[in-house]
Amino acid sequence: MALSREQIAQRVAQELKDGYYVNLGIGIPTLVANYVPADIEVMLQSENGLLGMGQFPTEEEIDADLINAGKQTVTMATGASIFDSAESFAMIRGGHVDLTVLGAFEVDVNGNIASYMIPGKLIKGMGGAMDLVAGADNIIVTMTHASKHGVSKLLTNCSLPLTGKACIKKVLTDLALIEIKNGKFYLIERAPGVTVEEIIKLTEGELIVPEDVPEMKF
Amino acid sequence: MAGFDKVVSSYEEAMAGLTDGMTVIAGGFGLCGIPENLIAEIKRKNTKGLTLVSNNCGVDDFGLGILLPERQIKKIIASYVGENAEFERQMMNGELEVELTPQGTLAEKMRAGGAGIPAFYTATGYGTPVAEGKEEREFNGRHYILEPAITGDFAIVKAWKADRYGNLVFRKTARNFNPLAATAGKITVVEVEEIVEPGDLDPDQIHTPGIYVNRLIKSTFEKRIEQRTIRQSTTASA
Repeated sequence: MALSREQIAQRVAQELKDGYYVNLGIGIPTLVANYVPADIEVMLQSENGLLGMGQFPTEEEIDADLINAGKQTVTMATGASIFDSAESFAMIRGGHVDLTVLGAFEVDVNGNIASYMIPGKLIKGMGGAMDLVAGADNIIVTMTHASKHGVSKLLTNCSLPLTGKACIKKVLTDLALIEIKNGKFYLIERAPGVTVEEIIKLTEGELIVPEDVPEMKF
Repeated sequence: MAGFDKVVSSYEEAMAGLTDGMTVIAGGFGLCGIPENLIAEIKRKNTKGLTLVSNNCGVDDFGLGILLPERQIKKIIASYVGENAEFERQMMNGELEVELTPQGTLAEKMRAGGAGIPAFYTATGYGTPVAEGKEEREFNGRHYILEPAITGDFAIVKAWKADRYGNLVFRKTARNFNPLAATAGKITVVEVEEIVEPGDLDPDQIHTPGIYVNRLIKSTFEKRIEQRTIRQSTTASA
């Protein structure tokens, strides 16, 4: 079975380490916050200028001056700090964020990522995505492995305009955990019940498959 | 107005000198910390042909979006847009020029502009459409593109508190682009919720020193919320 959105978030959460500063993109990445293991501490960075993002507010706690990068009302965690947008991106561009999780339309064997623009459709903009992929060393891309019509999103060459060049090393899809190096995809884990053959069929770029591909554990 | 006192008494005075074709840098992220009354004054004045520099462009009936119906914006430099129908229509019809800029690059362009730095190299955008037409250079094996700074004829800013000298304190994430915008305007106009006397603010707690501020006005704010997300109170009864 392909992973649900929640399971993708759960698997990403296993990559968190105690003391990590983490930036979570909009969509599935945001759900990762729900699965932080109880025995570790992480601090969430929101690029509009908040380090130490807390949970959503109660009705009484709502504050129009306190939102996250998705423009949702939030609260501050204990030990939070507030800063301006240049400071926020100094953290991101200066490589100070330990882990970045973000979505994408396509990723290719050279670590290129396309995530913000489909020509001919409405272009809303890249927001902070280009800064995040250019500045972070440790990035996990979450996305579905293929489109609804079975078209692979793991490609030899991205077909859409890029968000970043040669910057992605790890992709978690609903079918597999994949690493990117030396111009190839490497199959690391598969979703429970998903066969290696299914993954091969839906991966357009060159995929290296080891003899044993363990199932993800939850 | 005397000495360092930056306080003006009307919005007309606050935005005096803004004319057609000027560049305006605005603080705010989404609808958070936007100079909503200064934007309303630009609408009232019906200044046209403006180049706006702002992370976003408001929604249909609030924030910078209210400048769209009368076609007051010629061009917008932003990182994320399209939260409103009229914006989409004007962009698709080519009536509105949109220069999409990565958010960190946009913040840094304002910071550099205000600090007298004409341009800077950044890895952000290398190998993407953003890099088109820009100088590329390698430092220590990494690729960078040259991004020019931005300055504005006007900067419009929303702060929480100020003293009469224009020293500013922002509140929570309403800070965002505001301190950067404040540095990058030839004329920087700030609206605040409270004005106190010089000496009432702790100098150690001031986010933006008054040297950047030309005009200051006190107002009230709607502070509209774009995405109202709540959790159920654990103490609330069913």
